[in-house]
Amino acid sequence: MSIITNINKLFDHRIRLGIMSVLMVNEHADFKMLKELLGATDGNLASHTKALEKADYILVEKQFIGRKPNTRYSATKLGKLEFKKHIEALEKLIKKT
Amino acid sequence: MSDKDYLKDISEIKNLMNKSSRFISLSGLSGVLAGIYALVGAAATYWLVTTYSYGTLKLDGWVFETVILILFLVAFFSAATGIFLTTRKAKKNGDKMWDNSSKRLLVNFLIPLVVGGIYCMIILNQGRYGQTGGLMLIFYGLALVSASKYSIGDIQYLGYIQIILGLIASLYPGYGFWLWVVGFGFMHIIYGTWMHFKYDTK
Repeated sequence: MSIITNINKLFDHRIRLGIMSVLMVNEHADFKMLKELLGATDGNLASHTKALEKADYILVEKQFIGRKPNTRYSATKLGKLEFKKHIEALEKLIKKT
Repeated sequence: MSDKDYLKDISEIKNLMNKSSRFISLSGLSGVLAGIYALVGAAATYWLVTTYSYGTLKLDGWVFETVILILFLVAFFSAATGIFLTTRKAKKNGDKMWDNSSKRLLVNFLIPLVVGGIYCMIILNQGRYGQTGGLMLIFYGLALVSASKYSIGDIQYLGYIQIILGLIASLYPGYGFWLWVVGFGFMHIIYGTWMHFKYDTK
């Protein structure tokens, strides 16, 4: 049953999986970019980024570009590691059947 | 969640990783056209040099100036066609033309290309124009390899071919012109056709 334990409950959602996917290959992404890529609403995306932030899987930086507030996200070392584990577990699960 | 959902998850992850980091709307057809422009330019140059300059090129004559002009025209029309066709394809795919991925692609393509362009000008000014054909091929090849990380990965192989042709041209400057024709002309046409059928017709 060790495979199942690697399936991360925190990633068990399309939007969260999407956020992590983007942050794995990009150093950072801002709110607008994530929104466009994932096709999520503001509120939806905000609640999912908050959940990932709470788990220390992503880092949130708020800054100003000119006068506009800008929030950008990046994956933490822990987040990347957990995401990799999750993907490996998914792959194993698919191969098994 | 059933297995089918997991499979869907994986393919979505892949899709998002590619979409967010690579700009894949490059048009194969623009490669073909760039190759044709290069061949036309090369033919005009060949005709000019053999007819008016007895097969040798003097650095300060009008023939030389015209050749440089042809070179710029080929580069200009290739870039313009590339931008036009790529914009069209991006629109058709529903991709944004000007986003992070295309910006990154352009920067990584232009750094080796601009450095190479300036270097070629310096070499030309010093009168060592025998090397410019090879240098153009080498720097263009490096630009393609560097850009391939942010676009369709296949263009790196075109880059390697150009680099090899460029190195051969540096060894045998006498064949520089013909290797330039092969690299910028024929390779573009062959590669563009292949890319067109592999990606565009889907």
